[in-house]
Amino acid sequence: MNPNRHILIIGNGIAGVTLARHIRKRDSSVKITLVSGESKYFFSRTALMYVFMGHMKFEHTQPYENFFWEKNRIDLKEGWVQSVDFDEKSLKLQSGESLFYDQLVIASGSKPNKFGWPGQDLKGVQGLYSKQDLELMEENTKEVKRAVIVGGGLIGIEMAEMLAYKKIPVTFLVRETSFWRNVLPKEESEMISKHVREHHIDLRLETELAEIIDDGNGKVKAVKTNHGEEIPCEFVGLTAGVTPNVDFLRNSKLEVNRGVVVNSKFETNIPDVYSIGDCAEFQVKPAADRKNIEQVWYTGRMHGETLALTLTGQATDYQAGVWFNSAKFLDVEYQTYGTVPADWKEEEFQSFYWEHPQKKVAFRMLMDTKGAIVGVNNFGFRLKHEFFDKAIKEKWTGQKVISSLRKANFDPEFFAPFYIEIQKAFLKEFGGDFKPEKRSFIQKLFGASV
Amino acid sequence: MKVIQKIGLFLFLIGLGVFTTIPFLGTYELNQEMVSANTKDIHQEKMLEILTPIYDQSYSSNFQFLSAFNQEFGNYNDALKAEGKWDEVIWDDYSFSLGKAALSSPVKDNPWLWMFLSIGLAVLGGLLYNLPKYKDEPEGIKNNGIFHSKMKNRGWLGMLTGSYLILFYVILYWFPAYLVNLVAMVDPLSMIFSGNPASQWFLYGFVYTLAIIVMGIRMFRKYRGNKYQQLRTASVMFFQTAFAFLIPEILVLLNQPYFDFKNIWPLDYDFFYSYQLDSFLSGGSVGMFMLIWGILLIIIGVPVFTYFFGKRWYCSWVCGCGGLAETVGDPYRQLSDKSVKSWKIERYLINGVLVLAVVMTILTIANYFSDFWLLGTVTNELHNFYGFAIGSAFAGVVGTGFYPFMGNRVWCRFGCPLAAYLGIVQRFKSRFRISTNGGQCISCGNCSTYCEMGIDVRWYAQRGQNIVRSSCVGCGVCSAVCPRGVLKLENGPEEGRINELPIIIGNDSVKINA
Repeated sequence: MNPNRHILIIGNGIAGVTLARHIRKRDSSVKITLVSGESKYFFSRTALMYVFMGHMKFEHTQPYENFFWEKNRIDLKEGWVQSVDFDEKSLKLQSGESLFYDQLVIASGSKPNKFGWPGQDLKGVQGLYSKQDLELMEENTKEVKRAVIVGGGLIGIEMAEMLAYKKIPVTFLVRETSFWRNVLPKEESEMISKHVREHHIDLRLETELAEIIDDGNGKVKAVKTNHGEEIPCEFVGLTAGVTPNVDFLRNSKLEVNRGVVVNSKFETNIPDVYSIGDCAEFQVKPAADRKNIEQVWYTGRMHGETLALTLTGQATDYQAGVWFNSAKFLDVEYQTYGTVPADWKEEEFQSFYWEHPQKKVAFRMLMDTKGAIVGVNNFGFRLKHEFFDKAIKEKWTGQKVISSLRKANFDPEFFAPFYIEIQKAFLKEFGGDFKPEKRSFIQKLFGASV
Repeated sequence: MKVIQKIGLFLFLIGLGVFTTIPFLGTYELNQEMVSANTKDIHQEKMLEILTPIYDQSYSSNFQFLSAFNQEFGNYNDALKAEGKWDEVIWDDYSFSLGKAALSSPVKDNPWLWMFLSIGLAVLGGLLYNLPKYKDEPEGIKNNGIFHSKMKNRGWLGMLTGSYLILFYVILYWFPAYLVNLVAMVDPLSMIFSGNPASQWFLYGFVYTLAIIVMGIRMFRKYRGNKYQQLRTASVMFFQTAFAFLIPEILVLLNQPYFDFKNIWPLDYDFFYSYQLDSFLSGGSVGMFMLIWGILLIIIGVPVFTYFFGKRWYCSWVCGCGGLAETVGDPYRQLSDKSVKSWKIERYLINGVLVLAVVMTILTIANYFSDFWLLGTVTNELHNFYGFAIGSAFAGVVGTGFYPFMGNRVWCRFGCPLAAYLGIVQRFKSRFRISTNGGQCISCGNCSTYCEMGIDVRWYAQRGQNIVRSSCVGCGVCSAVCPRGVLKLENGPEEGRINELPIIIGNDSVKINA
């Protein structure tokens, strides 16, 4: 490989930026360029909601100071890519400028799903993904008496919280029987639904959007649900998932399905062209519990880490580790490690579930038929990633996991020791030869009550 | 805003308005008896003579009185200075004590009533404003609207608040004679505690303590559901009220030296000054105990506690400056600068102040034990400089006045020599660290934004590294505001405390060669 080759990365999100950083760590001579029309400097997409709510300013979402890029000789190019000429190894920006590359990485991320609803392009109707979406949302929510959100996922709940900050009443249309039920098991999903309602959000379950109604001037005036109900509103949030942002690559030599098709080394059908992050679609799922398209912050980061090895001379397959994820539903934190599907057959897994009688605190552990841990969900308290990465990889028994749960606790000091209650509940349901932990002296003295 | 909160805000503003107006009330009339009673024997004769022109004259404001006083007093001193008769110059400033004696005002006549109308209404209003906060809302920390606020994001309200605080500190430190009305107002309270009339420091301590209590209650509301925040707030409220305010006053009542048992050199920079040492050494067994206690805190307390718990045991659980920063200053914590550049400035400044304090103290002690033949009165000059530049200007005016401009820990971060000492121990020999939860960080930046010490917490968290920084005061807010459960303040084995991970866990593609 030419030591002075030019690696061009389309997109400066977490995948592209991680890739650029890791290439630079391993190779000080290649030329690296990040192209983005969205924002010159890398920012954390997940933090956009906090900017809207006044928790942060936009510059706070930028993980690196501006001098970082020059210091690490990572060139930043502002501009939207219009098209790529794979024969010439060049791409054209909307400004008309051309850029040449030796190796190209497509990390252009996602865009909000739109399923062809009537009125989906009216003014006041939008998704939330990019910095531009945030700016649009600030504009669109200036004089809104009521808002409707369509699609009960993570962005939907964020949008609901954002609108609640502006004291805009929100109606939340969710297709499933409870919030995020396509991902969360019934109990967890119902607990979060309850919490959503605690925040005075009008949650409509098993309700879908039929059409968005025009006020006659190209603006939204109401939505109609599949039950025929009309809900007046001046703002509609479309948050029914995201889809790869690859339209500028269609009708080219590059193989594009829903996303850019890649193998386990992120190679596309064209030599020297790779794709990572939300926009890449694996030919073969990385693992049985993974999807062909991985659209999570963490996976974007791992794709970048992995491809950096290949691009610096150490061809490496992407090997999915133990799955993990996290989110925050209004005030309730959620973490998950390993595999916990929304539904399962009883002969497939054994499930242990504990929920606090009043607080929004819950824990679920799935075990296989032999009793080995497969995955956990935890809500309202924090568990250690390292602990579960190891326990799941090494197939610890459920009993071993629960008996050492204190070591997995990641809640701040003096917090209520929920793990003791979980241990008691586990012993009651599954038995086992261990004793629940005792409250320490400090916990007895100062600890919050469980 | 609920009606009761509006009433609270209204009462607070009335109280603040009355407090600000009080110094301008009343008239001043000085006579010979007052001068005799309030001057040292060696100055009495001269002072009686100097002030003759203003006896029995009625002045209608503190400005008029003090300008007349300063004119007579200044003329006298200037003449001597011009002639080079330095040893005859009167260096003591009698303007405060004479002003207080000369004052007659409705405030002095009815101190309790005016205390209620000023401080009382402000406290009451503060409580009415803070107590109903987040009522009927689920537990959880809401930083909603902070950067849209005119108070908390360097808007005009913040600027105004900062300017008011700066003005207050400047007057308190260098022109206390203008505050005699307020001091006279708290005289009866001081009589109860210590049996002595109040000084401006009693007034300051009283207001300071109340501010910590009222804003501490705000902390209980804001961080409800977070036991760590609740406990450490209760702790600073307790240490301020008992150790910094009540116990020293009661010691004086019992004829013992005034002493704050939790103040530690070099923050307590005059601990080894000759007048302090004299008061310990002449204070019998109690004085001796204070001296030994203070020294033990410096050489054993700080290293041992910091080894086990990190510097937080002091900075965010015990310290008075920290107590104010964590309660009154909490609304401004997001204004600290997180850049690498400010980190650099911080290290030079804070360690520079530590060196200065240590050198000054060594010289002072050497001078003291050599019966002043070593440096004579040069240490006094040094003390004056340090007291002015560090003790008053940096710690007070900048330390608190700059809350709304540069965040609530300007002094603790850039200036406090004790924080520097604690920080060195914390960085190099401690079990304390902020652990990062594997790969869960989403780089959102809440932790860095709300770090009052300007630590870029995210820099470490997003690479799965523990945070081991000398400046961290362990307030725990980074952990509290993290939406993904990534940060945890912990004391643990020194092994693995500083971890440099080649890759964040969760990615099995990358093999780590052992």
